[in-house]
Amino acid sequence: MIEAPDISWGALSPLLLVFGAACAGILVEAFVPRSVRHPVQVGLALVGTLGALAATVLLAGAREVTAVGALAVDGAALFLQATIAGLGALSLLLFAERSLDPARSAFVVSAAVPAGSPRDRELATVPRVQTEVYPLATFAIGGMMLFVAANDLLVMFVALEVLSLPLYLISGMARRRRLLSQEAAVKYFLLGAFASAFFLYGLALVYGAAGSVRLSEVREAVGTDGGGVLLVLGLALLVVGLLFKASVAPFHTWTPDVYQGAPTAVTAFMAACTKVAAFGAILRLLYVAFGTAEWTWRPLVYAAAIVSMVVGAVLGLTQTDLKRMLAYSSVAHAGFLLTGVIGLGAAGTGSGLAATMFYLLAYGITTLGAFAVLTLVRDGDGEASHLSQWAGLGARSPITAAVMTLFLLALAGIPLTAGFTGKFAVFRAAIEQGAWPLAVVALLASAVAAFFYLRVVVLMYFSEPVADGPTVGVPGVPTTLVLAVTAAATLALGVVPGAVLDLAGRAAIFVG
Amino acid sequence: MSDFPWLLAMIAVPAIGAAVVAALPRERALLAKQVALGVSLVVLLLAVLTTLAFDAGGPRFQLTTSVPWIPDFGSDFALGVDGIALVMVLLVGVLVPLVVAASWHEADGGHRPVRVFFAWLLLLEAMMVGVFVATDVLVFYVFFEAMLVPMYFLIGSFGGPRRQYAAVKFFVYSLVGGLVMLASVIGLYVVSAAVLGEGTFAFDTLTRLDIDPDVQRLLFLGFFIAFAIKAPLVPFHTWLPDSGAEAPVGGAVLLVGVLDKVGTFGFLRYCLPLFPDASRFYAPFVLVLAVVGILYAALLAMGQSDMKRLVSYTSISHFGFIALGIFAFTTEAGTGAVLYMVNHGLATGLLFLVVGMLIARGGSRRIADYGGVAAKAPLLAGAFLVAGLASLALPGTNSFVSEFLVLIGSFPERPVFTVLATLGIILAALYVLLMYQRTMHGPARGVLLQEDPAEPLPAGGGGATATATRTAPHRSLRVADLGRRELAVVAPLVALILVLGFYPQPLIDLIEPAVVATLDDMGASGGTD
Repeated sequence: MIEAPDISWGALSPLLLVFGAACAGILVEAFVPRSVRHPVQVGLALVGTLGALAATVLLAGAREVTAVGALAVDGAALFLQATIAGLGALSLLLFAERSLDPARSAFVVSAAVPAGSPRDRELATVPRVQTEVYPLATFAIGGMMLFVAANDLLVMFVALEVLSLPLYLISGMARRRRLLSQEAAVKYFLLGAFASAFFLYGLALVYGAAGSVRLSEVREAVGTDGGGVLLVLGLALLVVGLLFKASVAPFHTWTPDVYQGAPTAVTAFMAACTKVAAFGAILRLLYVAFGTAEWTWRPLVYAAAIVSMVVGAVLGLTQTDLKRMLAYSSVAHAGFLLTGVIGLGAAGTGSGLAATMFYLLAYGITTLGAFAVLTLVRDGDGEASHLSQWAGLGARSPITAAVMTLFLLALAGIPLTAGFTGKFAVFRAAIEQGAWPLAVVALLASAVAAFFYLRVVVLMYFSEPVADGPTVGVPGVPTTLVLAVTAAATLALGVVPGAVLDLAGRAAIFVG
Repeated sequence: MSDFPWLLAMIAVPAIGAAVVAALPRERALLAKQVALGVSLVVLLLAVLTTLAFDAGGPRFQLTTSVPWIPDFGSDFALGVDGIALVMVLLVGVLVPLVVAASWHEADGGHRPVRVFFAWLLLLEAMMVGVFVATDVLVFYVFFEAMLVPMYFLIGSFGGPRRQYAAVKFFVYSLVGGLVMLASVIGLYVVSAAVLGEGTFAFDTLTRLDIDPDVQRLLFLGFFIAFAIKAPLVPFHTWLPDSGAEAPVGGAVLLVGVLDKVGTFGFLRYCLPLFPDASRFYAPFVLVLAVVGILYAALLAMGQSDMKRLVSYTSISHFGFIALGIFAFTTEAGTGAVLYMVNHGLATGLLFLVVGMLIARGGSRRIADYGGVAAKAPLLAGAFLVAGLASLALPGTNSFVSEFLVLIGSFPERPVFTVLATLGIILAALYVLLMYQRTMHGPARGVLLQEDPAEPLPAGGGGATATATRTAPHRSLRVADLGRRELAVVAPLVALILVLGFYPQPLIDLIEPAVVATLDDMGASGGTD
């Protein structure tokens, strides 16, 4: 007879709520009449994610390893889970926007129809609404929340797949520019599968060396057999798999294409939440399992950080499409985040963990807001994301332009915005650990990146409006809410970040 | 009276005023201007009252307020003024209302709302006050960087034909400097954490820190580069002529008159006391840059055909004098440098304003498009002359006192540099008087001959090129003398220039103790090597 493992259900409540909502969503899809399905699905997904957010708040301070050591519920896990749940709920609101697209939804009803076929053209305008995205996105959110709490490489892999598969699907569901969207989905899937394979191979090698997939036991093995070839190789492969998800250069090549092709609400979701989840896993893997073998991962992360910052900042300069530009911005920010990862001291000291977590929150909010603004600016063919179409937007739609400017300044790291506080925190963590050359590179990369954010501001305010420019849609309640929350948070985290920084500092604990 | 948070009020009032002006409906342009003028006058009043509340013989930092801001970074929202900061705040208080009045019609007729111009102006004022009164290094840094945003929009939205280029160049130069400084700011924090066990940004604590000289040299460079770009010193100066020329006149006055002073203020407030060893180590190098700047920028100024660019170059030359005074490390030179900062703000401010008034009449920035203006507009010419003479530091004008103090203060320590710098005075007389003579005297030329808009331009001279830069609405304007609004802008500055030329003592009394304290901090009072 198999004994049931001892499971702390309370500590798992955030995960259970989200996965419960996702499973219920599938049933809704099957049993609820089409006419009310959309509101029910949106409501259910929001209840799941916001419930999970509330549950993490109630759990604050918990520190335990549960489910036979497979899951760690600690400060860092809860902080990141709350971040993912909150940003996920905001993304779901963007999904639920129905007043911007003339066909009442940004998602195509049937994603498998070949692009350009008569049926496909017909689908572009049918008023039917795609509701499967909500359970899919909820599953992805659940997977991300599991990812950051995984205390076991195998659970981490399962979580990786649970978060990735729904993302591959919903990337291909854009109602407009179907071909780009399908291309994005296929590209993301193929490269993502590669990355998963890397991760799995690394897992196997680490298991071979350590005899366990539990992070704490890997740590012991690292302590006794630090230089083992299998371990080092396994670590490298695991990290490559994770860096792919975090879109760190040189594993970023999918990012611009997928960000551009996916429906903008999905891009916002990926840019904000996937980044948090991937970095959560990177932090846990490096700090918990390989914390005693810094010398093995430090050079790797150091190099990846520099490459990512330089590639993101320099290639971002050459982009003419806003979504692609924000994709390269995401690559650059991944490099800044790795700068924070370097800021972990030898004995688990240092402010690196807290700084990276704060940066994730700040970046997630800002980038989500920036993509939300992108959904507003439209022409006859859907969203107008080409840079030239944004010329003179400040004169035609001052509020939209002002909000976008706020997000761009925050991404550039100008003081009094969330971006500055985050940058300050991660650079401080890096300099404390003596990594000041890395911080200097990061600052120069920030200056280069600032130039392309600024270019958008220049276009919006200092250029004359183009003759047949795009219109700025009047957002419905969901998008308005997202914009209000993200803009207010971007300012608040810049002007009075004390409380949140303090929270991140107190949450910066890994058990295991 | 000293319990009232004067400094906080001087930041809050213009910031709230900016929000109010920005929220006004678009068609209430006049109300926006009136509110902006009212708010800036209130700030001037607050600045004057603050000065009265300040005790020149008292402790160094007064009227201090401090509330915890980001405990995790060890940063408090700490404000306080010493004599140096106080005179800079006074300068801000005096210049902004004049700029508002001078820019009354600046944004009219454009397709950008008038209120936006004045809202940015007020926000800029709040940040300029903040940057001078901060006594926490992080708070200073935040204001230092955030200050870019309003100025960027002022140049980019309301500037001249090449405003996009100028605005981006301004922002990128300043941002690069700012980011390099950020590395040093964080480095300073980390050093303080290593020494004290807990990191801090409090200026007072940091000055007492004993930092290893090698570390000092690295950290100094971060601060120095940021300030040298801001000030600007040669070779970091190339953004200023573009920004100065393309910015709207009001923006240019504040840019050159105040914003750039943050650079020299930073040398004195931060570089010297925080990194005394490094300051001494780099002083010869800085002095070379300063003297090269004085001479090189003065020569470039003489070669300019664009009046706003010319004035910008004269400022770069003057910043060289200020840097010379600061890095001579003597009380006289330091006091002279601070006084120079104020006087330069007044004199160059007036020069920019008068040039702006002339440009508003002629519609061209080229010197060659003007001639014989004095005959038509004697008051304008008179104000131009006063501003010009103050700029070349004629005895009797305010700049003479400060330039003289800088030179006699620097001579005992750095005779060679001082003698070379003195050549700059001769060049200053050349560039100012040549511009004055060409535009104001001689036969009527360019704009003056062009009274009938239907008539083609006279051939030869600057006429052909003038068409390119001249904008249509001004074509038919006759060159009139100063109006009442313009007189109200010019008169206070002319009065201040003359009064401070004869009786600078009240300002010197405020400045000197703070300079002595600064030099004490670096252990160089009286001037050692």
